[in-house]
Amino acid sequence: MTIAPSLPTDPLTELRVQVSRMEGRPAAQPVRTHPALNGLLQLQTGATYGVTSASLAALLMAGPSVDGAWCAIVGTGELGVEAAAMFGVDLDRVVVVPEPGEAWLEVVAALVDVLGIVVVRPPKHRPTAKDVSRLSARLRTRGSILVVWGDWPRCDARVGLTDVEWHGAGWGQGHLKARQATVEVRKGTAPAVERRLWLPDVNLSVVEVGGQRPLLETTSLAPRPPALRSVS
Amino acid sequence: MVIWCPDWPVMASMAEYPAGTAVAVFEKGMVLACNPAARAEGVRRGMRRRDAQSRCPGLVVADHRPEADARAFEDVLLAIEELSPGVAPLRPGLCALRMPEGARWRRGAFYGGEAEAAAVIAERLVDLGVWDVRLGVADGLFAAEQAARRALAQDVLVVPSGESAAFLADLPIETLDAPVGAPPAGTLVSAGGGLVSLLRRMGLTTLGAFARLSAADVHTRFGRHGALLHRYARGLDPHPISRRSIPPELTAALVLEPPLELIDPIAFSLRTTSERFVTDLAAHGLVCTTVRIEVDSDSVLSSARSWMHPCWFGATDLIDRVRWQLAVGMPGPVDGVRLVPETVEPLSNHADSLFGGAPDDRIVRGISRVQGMVGHEGVLSVGVQGGRGPADRALVSPYGEQPAVVRPLGRSWPGAIPPPAPATVFTRPAEALVVGAEGQPVVVTGRGSVTCPPDRFRASADTPWQPVASWAGPWPIEELWWDEVASRRIARFQVVGVDGSAWLMVVENGRWFTEARYD
Repeated sequence: MTIAPSLPTDPLTELRVQVSRMEGRPAAQPVRTHPALNGLLQLQTGATYGVTSASLAALLMAGPSVDGAWCAIVGTGELGVEAAAMFGVDLDRVVVVPEPGEAWLEVVAALVDVLGIVVVRPPKHRPTAKDVSRLSARLRTRGSILVVWGDWPRCDARVGLTDVEWHGAGWGQGHLKARQATVEVRKGTAPAVERRLWLPDVNLSVVEVGGQRPLLETTSLAPRPPALRSVS
Repeated sequence: MVIWCPDWPVMASMAEYPAGTAVAVFEKGMVLACNPAARAEGVRRGMRRRDAQSRCPGLVVADHRPEADARAFEDVLLAIEELSPGVAPLRPGLCALRMPEGARWRRGAFYGGEAEAAAVIAERLVDLGVWDVRLGVADGLFAAEQAARRALAQDVLVVPSGESAAFLADLPIETLDAPVGAPPAGTLVSAGGGLVSLLRRMGLTTLGAFARLSAADVHTRFGRHGALLHRYARGLDPHPISRRSIPPELTAALVLEPPLELIDPIAFSLRTTSERFVTDLAAHGLVCTTVRIEVDSDSVLSSARSWMHPCWFGATDLIDRVRWQLAVGMPGPVDGVRLVPETVEPLSNHADSLFGGAPDDRIVRGISRVQGMVGHEGVLSVGVQGGRGPADRALVSPYGEQPAVVRPLGRSWPGAIPPPAPATVFTRPAEALVVGAEGQPVVVTGRGSVTCPPDRFRASADTPWQPVASWAGPWPIEELWWDEVASRRIARFQVVGVDGSAWLMVVENGRWFTEARYD
């Protein structure tokens, strides 16, 4: 298993990144990612990620949310809030815009300006290539993350689920308890990277199947203590 | 000066009944107050409900509502305040007014004397519809209240200065039993009874006899409480009147002349008003968290609505709310807008903490911007509450508003599906089809069992049929069976297809719906 790039936890690195952003250079900053995805996917500011299912969208939201970022869900009211909370999303910092209507792009752009991560269910008519590139430029300057639940022309990485296997339900007895699924991450044309995960396991946490240690330790996803941050 | 409106609990509720009706207000099954019509029939204070009704069969029984009394008395206080500031409300039906110090010596000041001032006040209250008002003037609060109780209706009893002790001397000792409107009223009522009856048994039947005892002896024998009553009996009042401070006027209003029909000019004209509203509140050390916006059209109130804010309202937030309110329903030419603070909190509650806490200004502004685009109800904040179905468990409210009803999470919700929760909860459940091995529909019986195990299913009209790999359930629920309209008998199932997709389905009246998906 490869090790994910370490997060810029020391203030010096953080300030350096901010200085470079102030100078106008689009700096892709690594963002806290759910530990179950360690080595598989490292979220970066300014990037767009495509997901195929609601639980993956919630899984990607969980990391930044724990770090104190605000999340928005645009274009759908169907993401199960209880499931999102189970994956680690702090619902106090979530806003939902279920029906943005015609103002779809403006709403996403306005939310990208201020929030850390925006989950989008694209509308029926595909957004034009011009809109998409303008949105990604905005993402880069504002340092936000776009997670697209559905089809999207240009994604930095696409995350999908295959070989889903539910445990717990029998033939009229039991209930759904745990799920094993293979998460595969495709970046551009590179071959897919995949990992078998409990999504979730019987303790409702997301861990690697057969992993020696649970990847989701309570301490690893606990909120960071408040630290001084530079304000411009 | 003490102003007394007898039987206030009845007077406050008399507006609801025709004149001449015998009305009594009950508290804990005892008559608390009754009107003269009831008294003429023999109803007395402290009587039990059954006794009162047997004496006066036509008696209207009203429950005691202290807050309604206080609200009704507020009009009286305002009327008195118009004549003279510094009213001290003692309890509903009783208030005190401090006469100017010099007025007792300088006739001519304050409406020309105490009796004249009292006449002016009585006239004002009678105009207001409070016809039974009695006033008493004396040196102390206790003596003034006793004077008011002995005055005739719409009249005043003035005890000349320095003669309070003489006035009180003839009163029976039981007077001390009556509730005194001063702050220690509660203690007098609760502890006074025993002491007063003891004094009577000792042969002290009037206040004057009690007052002649030496203060030191009374204190030694009856303690602090006895000493307090002794001071009352001697016409000394240990408690000065505490004036009520006039509540500050925080409502900001804008009159538009000529009336405007477009939202933008209205919002523009409102800028100074909303800024004044916020600074006025800030001057009192307050911030507004709930505001009611009232819009007048043709000088008639045409739209009013309360808005809440996640933190507190700034000037631009107020203008945004006015915009949204007008965007929903523009009543016609607007000629007035009023901002009424409904909930105000001390500024200190909302001070910035060192490490943050309240969301960033930037985030609140950004979200407000989105609310400006899609409407106030278009942006939702979410949470989890108690409930059985996945859609019931989601707590959704417009961003910035407190949800009205929250079902507690901690209770047991029999029939709820155990976790994990489904990741997709459909806004509109899609109609599904579930059949048994021979293609017969699967139905849940009244006893909560299935007629045959499900074999094949289709989650919605546009998904293909597939065999069932495993299934769990049913979780039968009979909700609100006492309510004919809202009652539902449903059963939930978890169905897993051979392709690994898992669904939460609900069957109602033999029809299947897909409620959520475990994806």
